[in-house]
Amino acid sequence: MSRSQLSSTPKKRRTRETAILSLLAVLIVAMFIISMNTGLIRLSPTEVIHTLLGEGSQQQKLILFDFRLPRIVISLLVGAGFAVAGCILQSLSRNALAEPSTLGINAGAGFAVLIFISFVPATTAAPIFMLPLMALAGAGLTATLIYVLAFRREDGLSPTRLILIGIAVGAGIYAFQLILSLRLDPENYQFVATWLAGKIWGGDWRFVMALLPWILILVPFAFYKARVLNVLNLGDEIPAGLGLPVERERVLLMAAAVALAGSCVAVSGGIGFVGLIAPHLARRIVGPRHQILLPACALVGALLLLTADTIARWILQPSEIPTGIVVAIIGAPYFLYLLARSKA
Amino acid sequence: MVTSTHSQSRTHPEGEKQLKSRPAAAVVILIAGLGAILFGLALSVSVGAADIRLASVWEAVFRFNPELPQHQVIRELRIPRALAGALVGACFAVAGAIMQGMTRNPLADSGLLGLNAGASVGLALAFAFAPSMSFIYIMLYCFIGAAAASLLVFGIGSLSHSGLTPLRLTLAGAAVSALLLAISQGVAILFHLSQDIAFWMAGGIGGTSWTQLRIMFPWVAAALIGSLMISRSITLLSLGRDVAAGLGQRTRLVQTAGILIVVVLAGAAVSAVGPIAFIGLIIPHVTRFLVGVDYRWIIPCSAVLGSVLIIFADIAARMINAPYETPLGALIAVIGVPFFIYLASKRKGGLT
Repeated sequence: MSRSQLSSTPKKRRTRETAILSLLAVLIVAMFIISMNTGLIRLSPTEVIHTLLGEGSQQQKLILFDFRLPRIVISLLVGAGFAVAGCILQSLSRNALAEPSTLGINAGAGFAVLIFISFVPATTAAPIFMLPLMALAGAGLTATLIYVLAFRREDGLSPTRLILIGIAVGAGIYAFQLILSLRLDPENYQFVATWLAGKIWGGDWRFVMALLPWILILVPFAFYKARVLNVLNLGDEIPAGLGLPVERERVLLMAAAVALAGSCVAVSGGIGFVGLIAPHLARRIVGPRHQILLPACALVGALLLLTADTIARWILQPSEIPTGIVVAIIGAPYFLYLLARSKA
Repeated sequence: MVTSTHSQSRTHPEGEKQLKSRPAAAVVILIAGLGAILFGLALSVSVGAADIRLASVWEAVFRFNPELPQHQVIRELRIPRALAGALVGACFAVAGAIMQGMTRNPLADSGLLGLNAGASVGLALAFAFAPSMSFIYIMLYCFIGAAAASLLVFGIGSLSHSGLTPLRLTLAGAAVSALLLAISQGVAILFHLSQDIAFWMAGGIGGTSWTQLRIMFPWVAAALIGSLMISRSITLLSLGRDVAAGLGQRTRLVQTAGILIVVVLAGAAVSAVGPIAFIGLIIPHVTRFLVGVDYRWIIPCSAVLGSVLIIFADIAARMINAPYETPLGALIAVIGVPFFIYLASKRKGGLT
């Protein structure tokens, strides 16, 4: 490799990375406008822009600001949150198939929320801020349980064992969810079933406000730890040799991922696969450096979930299907494709 | 006996002592198991919201008096329920045993590999499009769903470069389950069937009727007899495909027959009582531990032990939180999850 190549590579790479991130941002804006248009009452792009600038009619303002916009914002936040959480978990466990839902963390968060809903009506104001906390507690307990069960003194945290135990714990929690949900009255049940299937609640800025702090703190925190993730991704010995407190960093990052997944589950129910697919796509586009991989993940995840949510609202108008179902129907085949292609 | 001399490295990496076949133990299990089934059936009929003396059970069966409401309860509710438990316990357990033997995969189970979820999609579609459909069509829909799921899971296996390791098979099963579960949830929510289906999804044998039993019995019986017929070939397959082919087995034929049998067993059981997982995981392991590696013994003993487990689990499900019933699927999961975790953490690296 010549000297000129060496010096020009980082610069070229930076240009390329900037271009990719900008392209993703442009795609999100485009999807944003399409999503604003989608729904029972159609608004043309110009009407959307006019309304956003404050010149629309009363009805247009109501539809955009009170119904569509909060839901779109939540899709973006949840997509980014799950994607970053998935990326952290994949790097920590060195397992390309790890994500909050395969590891049972979503199930744990969902179960805690379900317990809460069974005893406190979901319509009052207090629960909205309580729900993310409940979900966090559920996700945290589940993650601790899985970590404890998968950790062995001889060989540490085996990626294989981690994922198998995650699947088992998820299956167990699912059984308990069924028991609990059978005791609800039919109306509450329909709500819970739809929510567990992964429906973006939307319709309410309070949910945005409940979720936003978590995303605003934890996603930048992950970006800040990008270098640590790069090193941890190499295995246990190398980071320890470099003087990194491996166990502390791992627990810290794991906690961040679990908290992200938990707070996202609280407002979006059981949406799986975003945390799996977004990191894969992002890695394919920008490579394994976490400094660029994590932002790319966040953007891909946001784009993915906004697209899925738009499809969910559009495909069967006037009724709609939960977003989680759309994501699973797109995501599971992709997962199987990855599984078939990957070498053991 | 061929099986006793070969090592079964995948399934029993560390248990040299488990490599034998123990026909004597198997015979004891079969006899004691049948006794336990009969006792369990009698107990199951007499335990419930209204306690019934065993003498009345005897009378209701052999000196039936249609005037007595107690006899009606016994005949129309309790007996079909107990028989359904025995039947589906055998179905799930034998399906699991065949899957574990054929794939040489200790974590195979119709619930974990997505077959139950496939049958659930079939059932959701049947409920959605023809609510008053006869049970035979519901069961056929479940067969189709289970067949689709097994094609997906095993298709992924044959597409991948390095074959189906237990980890990859389990992951494929989890993904296929998630996909099929999403589809059936979607159908249920769209057609407002959620809670109807949820009751059935939780797994319970409370509502089984004579009609259902009559319809599913010939299918299940045929599949169980078929499983005994291919049991010797399953033993050879469990030693590895190369070994089996070397000994003159037509492995493709056996595998096709095995998958068909598994689809019928899982589909019929799910159509009657819902997607109960983990029975097919636990029972064959326990059976192998007791009777050794010969599937000519494993399969019948699994059937018997599966029946015993479900009959007594169902009795427990009625007693734990009486007068409410605890969903059977959840109860089994309480045993199954720790068992799965034990299996998964017992071996180091053996699963990749």
